[in-house]
Amino acid sequence: MSKPVIATASLAGCFGCHMSLLDIDDRILKLVELVEFNKSPIDDIKTFTKPVDIGLIEGGCCNSENVEVLRSFRKNCKVLVSVGECAIMGGLPAMRNGIPIKECLEEAYLNSPTVAPEDRMIPDDEDIPIILDRVYPLHEIVKIDHFLPGCPPSADLIWEALTALVEGRPLNLTYDMIKYD
Amino acid sequence: MKNDKGILHGRPKDPSALLDIIRDVQGRHGHVPEEAVSGIAAHLGLSKAEVRGAVTFYHFFSLEPRGRSTVYLNDSITSRMKGRAAVAKAFEQEAGCRFGEVSPDGSIGLFPTSCIGMNDQEPSAIIDGVVFTQLTPLKVGHLVRALRAGKPAQVLVDKYRDGANQSDLVRSMVANNIRRRGPVLFGPHEPGAAVRKAVAMTPEAVIEEIKRANLLGRGGAGFPTGLKWDFCRREKNPPHYVVCNADEGEPGTFKDRVILTELSRLVFEGMAVAGYAVGAEEGVLYLRAEYDYLRPLLESVLDGLRRENLLGKSIAGSRFDFDISIKLGGGAYICGEESALLESAQGKRGEPRNRPPFPVQIGYLGQPTTVNNVETLCAAAKIIIHGASWFNSMGSANSSGTKLFSISGDCERPGVYELEFGLTVRELLDIVGAKDAFAVQIGGPSGAMISRRDFGRRVAFEDLPTGGSIMIFGPWRDLFEIIDNFMEFFIEESCGWCTPCRVGNILLKEKLEKIMTGRGTRQDLADLENWGKMIKAMSRCGLGQTSPNPILTSLQNFPELYEAAVSKSRDVLPTFDLAEATLEAARLANRRPALEEVAHE
Amino acid sequence: MSKLRFTIDGKPCTAEPGQTIAEAAKANAVYIPTLCHYEGLPPVGSCRVCTVRSGGRYMASCTQVVTDGMAIENMVPDLEDMRRAIIEMLFVEGNHMCPTCEKSGNCQLQALAYRYQILVPRFPFQFPGRHIEAVAPKILLEHNRCIQCLRCVRSVQTKDGRKVFAQRDRSKKRKIDVDAKLAAGLTDEEVRKAMDICPVGSILMKEIGFAVPIGERKFDREPIGSDIEKGPER
Repeated sequence: MSKPVIATASLAGCFGCHMSLLDIDDRILKLVELVEFNKSPIDDIKTFTKPVDIGLIEGGCCNSENVEVLRSFRKNCKVLVSVGECAIMGGLPAMRNGIPIKECLEEAYLNSPTVAPEDRMIPDDEDIPIILDRVYPLHEIVKIDHFLPGCPPSADLIWEALTALVEGRPLNLTYDMIKYD
Repeated sequence: MKNDKGILHGRPKDPSALLDIIRDVQGRHGHVPEEAVSGIAAHLGLSKAEVRGAVTFYHFFSLEPRGRSTVYLNDSITSRMKGRAAVAKAFEQEAGCRFGEVSPDGSIGLFPTSCIGMNDQEPSAIIDGVVFTQLTPLKVGHLVRALRAGKPAQVLVDKYRDGANQSDLVRSMVANNIRRRGPVLFGPHEPGAAVRKAVAMTPEAVIEEIKRANLLGRGGAGFPTGLKWDFCRREKNPPHYVVCNADEGEPGTFKDRVILTELSRLVFEGMAVAGYAVGAEEGVLYLRAEYDYLRPLLESVLDGLRRENLLGKSIAGSRFDFDISIKLGGGAYICGEESALLESAQGKRGEPRNRPPFPVQIGYLGQPTTVNNVETLCAAAKIIIHGASWFNSMGSANSSGTKLFSISGDCERPGVYELEFGLTVRELLDIVGAKDAFAVQIGGPSGAMISRRDFGRRVAFEDLPTGGSIMIFGPWRDLFEIIDNFMEFFIEESCGWCTPCRVGNILLKEKLEKIMTGRGTRQDLADLENWGKMIKAMSRCGLGQTSPNPILTSLQNFPELYEAAVSKSRDVLPTFDLAEATLEAARLANRRPALEEVAHE
Repeated sequence: MSKLRFTIDGKPCTAEPGQTIAEAAKANAVYIPTLCHYEGLPPVGSCRVCTVRSGGRYMASCTQVVTDGMAIENMVPDLEDMRRAIIEMLFVEGNHMCPTCEKSGNCQLQALAYRYQILVPRFPFQFPGRHIEAVAPKILLEHNRCIQCLRCVRSVQTKDGRKVFAQRDRSKKRKIDVDAKLAAGLTDEEVRKAMDICPVGSILMKEIGFAVPIGERKFDREPIGSDIEKGPER
């Protein structure tokens, strides 16, 4: 029997959740035996090459590219997991959500003291992803099957979730596993 | 501010005067300026935060200027059905500002407001305290130009309507529209008869008579009036108080406005009877701010009663002393809830109290208080005159007597009708000329929206209870739009004290709008029902306990409407739209918005 | 006066006359989750997390007084789900960025969410535009996190009874207002007390924060309510 396939991505996140995944210490050897990685920054596979069983996504959606990646994950993964505060509720990037996008762009590209006068323009290159009006939690854009809170989620929580999903059993969450910071 | 020293001068340093002072300042300046906040706080021994808290709780008070003339345009669903959109647009064009704003020259402020009790003559507005009914875009143009030219609103009232509306003390274009006069409220009444008869009885006998008449509270809750008076009387610590709840705010109700215009003597007699029964010497009529235009009339009626010795010392030759004062609200539906009303009458934010203790135990100024609806007090007075058996001979098995109904919406003859309890909805619709009705809202937004299937049911406490608001909708109406308007009303009028009501109603409305825009699923319908039930169970007062009703009763009675509006999927469809979400950023960067991928399911 | 007898989920309990359900439950080593409730302050029943059911009626246990013979339902699934919904509502209503919050680990809203193992709220986040006020020399008022519990309104007053904090506006616009002048007059000790009484990170004392390391904070190891469930100390 072939091993379950996993894919991961970081959208509007800080890669902290990926770091936490690596933080499972020696269990990582067991993980490698248990599963196979496909599209993921961990193995640097850039595109999906086969159907994936479990997709792990950290970070919320702050621009059009995030949305595109998220949708491709939904299309290619049987089970999709929101990993971390940003994926679940926007996290720190969502602190801009109460501020109109106009103010955000003007502050960053026109009015910031670090922008040289001759550089003052909102980038208009068609190749750059377009910023969204606010940062969206993943489940507001596609259906998400599981949520792992934390900033980052603890290695124990990630491990428990991964093994439970691979083994097809319900998650056994203990008190210390669920933390939002 | 020298002027405001005048307002504060001679006022007792008593925080219960807070709202009266705020009202005076608001009246004089069109808002409550910062200096006034400081002055009031210092005078009453409050913090500035407390004073600002009271100002900002009420719709008609403001910390910011609201224009030299301030327009409050009714936003009830009936107003919308009768052409509010065109009228609002005319106001905006003529004033040069949007609703929620003041015109650039500071002359006109435009604000929406919850139902002002004129649903049978919409669209209507209150402008500088003066009511304007049946507005049209043409009339609006004339009005705004005249106001801008400095004419007082009162001189712009071109026609005084029927009854006491044309008296010198009212001079109003509000119409009574009394369509059916019944025997209880509109039956013959010899002034003073109820009070004279009551003081000749023992208070216990008065209460017994009201109990035997099975009089149930007419505001909508239907609590037995005799029992309430009994509870209040049994409380040992005097003084006791009688408070008349004249804060009818349920959208679609306006019957108390007609009673106060035409039958205020009867109301005050009812209060005196109640006062005698519970052992009170003071009564307070809590009048909603929207009906402030009736205050001069009411004050003059009170003066008349004092002259006739029906109020004051040793009433009608007895040893009973009783007098009545009027307290005004500031624009807040929640103040119709009796404990919130008492808070407001004591000069505070109108937030409901925790119950128990009930007002009969700890009420106005912490004393035992009976709070009764305007119509209830009228009925009580008539019961004392004619007896419980007379009252019981009318109405249905568990709902004695008559009820005054406020009829509005899609019918030929909107207005007030005094009818016996127990008639079917169909009979009622025949009487008012609404044979093609598709949906009927019984008891206002907090009541029930019923379909033709239920038109054979009876209007009575034992079947379809109502405080009197009946709104009728023809088959051409969009029910979702109506329900959405009701939810908007509850969101605006929630005091925000408790979580389920403050947050939950917003979530319900969002969900409803998701369905209205064609993005709903079966799961969304299940959510609406579950969330609605949860808000009802967990909310602190009657507002939150009934606010999901527009959604829950329409889900129950018009399931086919909801089914047709949602996709058959059980999964929640996201509302996210990439093009929409990138529209503004693309515009700012001078780029095309990101396109939705086509054909992802 | 003799004690009242009542039950919570079938467990026989006793109460002093006049005791609220919340107080009596605690005395009987039964945990009913509370949030706006604070011992010694007049109860307001604003959060509704402590709602219980008796005789089919729902009531806030922090405001409702025990009556003899009451049979109270507490830890029943439908009620627990509704409490959980209330907590979720409070999370989506404001902007609760726990990773950046000085109160994280000591926050009672967060602690309740941990206890209920909330992974994601069922409601959509509202992302309201709210502000941070630095009105007084020592106090930061973080409106993003405020849950309208009114603890500050109830507890922080001047000697002559003026409220330093008060409610402002109504409905969704409702927020806590502060009298800047009176707030400036508070002593360090009073400010610290105000910060401690706030169940979330809305009232902060400037220049302190993140004082306790992660792992040693109040709710890092044990769920909120554990102390009550262990029973009163003898």
